[in-house]
Amino acid sequence: MQAQGTVFKYGDNVDTDVIIPARYLNSSDPAELAEHCMEDIDREFVKKVHPGDIIVANKNFGCGSSREHAPIAIKASGVSCVIAETFARIFYRNSINIGLPIIECPEAAKEIESGDDVKVDFNTGKICDLTKGTEYQGQAFPEFMQKIITAGGLVNYINEAE
Amino acid sequence: MGMTMTQKILAHAAGLDEVTAGQLIEAKLDLVLGNDITTPVAIDVMKNFKKQEVFDRDKVALVMDHFIPNKDIKSAEHCKIVRDFAGRYQITNYFDVGQMGIEHALLPEKGLVVAGDVVIGADSHTCTYGALGAFSTGVGSTDMAAGMATGKAWFKVPPAIRFNLVGKPSKWVSGKDVILHIIGMIGVDGALYKSMEFTGPGVAELSMDDRLTISNMAIEAGGKNGIFPVDDKTLDYMKEHSTKPFTVYEADPDAVYDEEYTVDLSELQPTVSFPHLPENAKEIGTFGDIVIDQVVIGSCTNGRIEDLRTAAEILKGRQVKKGLRCIVIPATQNVYLQALKEGLIETFIESGAVVSTPTCGPCLGGYMGILAHGERCVSTTNRNFVGRMGAVDSEIYLASPAVAAASAITGKVSGPSELGL
Repeated sequence: MQAQGTVFKYGDNVDTDVIIPARYLNSSDPAELAEHCMEDIDREFVKKVHPGDIIVANKNFGCGSSREHAPIAIKASGVSCVIAETFARIFYRNSINIGLPIIECPEAAKEIESGDDVKVDFNTGKICDLTKGTEYQGQAFPEFMQKIITAGGLVNYINEAE
Repeated sequence: MGMTMTQKILAHAAGLDEVTAGQLIEAKLDLVLGNDITTPVAIDVMKNFKKQEVFDRDKVALVMDHFIPNKDIKSAEHCKIVRDFAGRYQITNYFDVGQMGIEHALLPEKGLVVAGDVVIGADSHTCTYGALGAFSTGVGSTDMAAGMATGKAWFKVPPAIRFNLVGKPSKWVSGKDVILHIIGMIGVDGALYKSMEFTGPGVAELSMDDRLTISNMAIEAGGKNGIFPVDDKTLDYMKEHSTKPFTVYEADPDAVYDEEYTVDLSELQPTVSFPHLPENAKEIGTFGDIVIDQVVIGSCTNGRIEDLRTAAEILKGRQVKKGLRCIVIPATQNVYLQALKEGLIETFIESGAVVSTPTCGPCLGGYMGILAHGERCVSTTNRNFVGRMGAVDSEIYLASPAVAAASAITGKVSGPSELGL
């Protein structure tokens, strides 16, 4: 599995309130949530994002609320992968459970810039910044999580186990 | 190798003699929680399971608290979905308008969580129940759905940070000041993926309400859970509120901690976290005048009876600053009733504050106290992220009920000392 797209770059502690503000949580429709994705941190995001694009951020991405609406909004906006130095733990779980590819890589998070063309290979954890010509090794998932991802999320994993 | 308190609870729930940090386990759940925002998503997810069943109708708690009484048609539809689901599966612990309270204040009060329990909740502040000596942590809606269907959840056993609490806090220093101080010390990702284990002689100086506030905000340091040892106060609390059997776990003397900190409670001062992160903690008296527009006293962090007593003690015989809105939100129906009996509600209304039915409301910018552009609020809630309570350029100053009440009177971020208290 691979992803390739243009990077939207953010800093530390991007919280779930800016990913999807609570004023829109009276809906759980992915398309409707996607219309407001990143609204309070980047008003241009929804206008500019294309299918396949990649979010890169620094530490503690997705901190705050447990709202699954946050990774759902990101996924529904067309983003193919989120790369960060670290993820907040509930966001990390939620992303795996709903099948939004995420990858931890401090070096890539530090060096990749907005607008770069980036390619990610999920099988190897390799991240290539095609604009800069640089390559990084992201952290691979533990085997158990890979099984959930391969199954297509937690629901399928549990169904298959039965 | 010795285990931490959290590790011991998880080992037992996984049917193992021993676990170590980093190990992936599957644990049995004693309770699965959801609210009116996260449960509709979980119900949708459940439709995809082969087995359309709830593992135990007594071990699921559904609390309508974020947008209720419903703020608009969409949130009313969400609650209706949950209400229908609760009826169809005959969920014992379904709490709607009239019985509800803010989930993390309600569940301990109803005796639904006791020491030794393993609890997941589709709400990040589920870590609150660590105050009772339980393992509890926030998850998303898919985990909630899987938990409701199977009664199990997977966990990565967390490493731990130990906070050795010593000394006795002074009159106006509460659990909120303790946790804001700690988050200020270690940062909003200082405990990422880890358990925060509070121990030491200082624990005995903290009330159960203080401990619930401290555990509640473990997530604001990135923590997986925040847990207290079980002592006489915990036992008394459980005796008063619950008939559920409980198990007391203690950390092994040779348990391993990634880091250890000592916090002298007697040295702490009333503390305020400045916008836009809970780690921006400053002590009262170390900053200049910050004029405010609103005060919120309530939430799963600070809407319990002790919180309201403290706020009323300060507001009694005084007036909320003209032009400032002071909103008091008892966290549960019981807290509301108790406050009414003690005359606290009368004090709030006489001082010029308003009192609302229990709701998460303004804490997450839902309704009941949304901020306009550029406005500032002192709030006893738990997050001061950008736009959390309203306009994207509004500001939230997190503080204790004592600081919030004092600020409501002076119209600026203030401690009780500024009122001569």
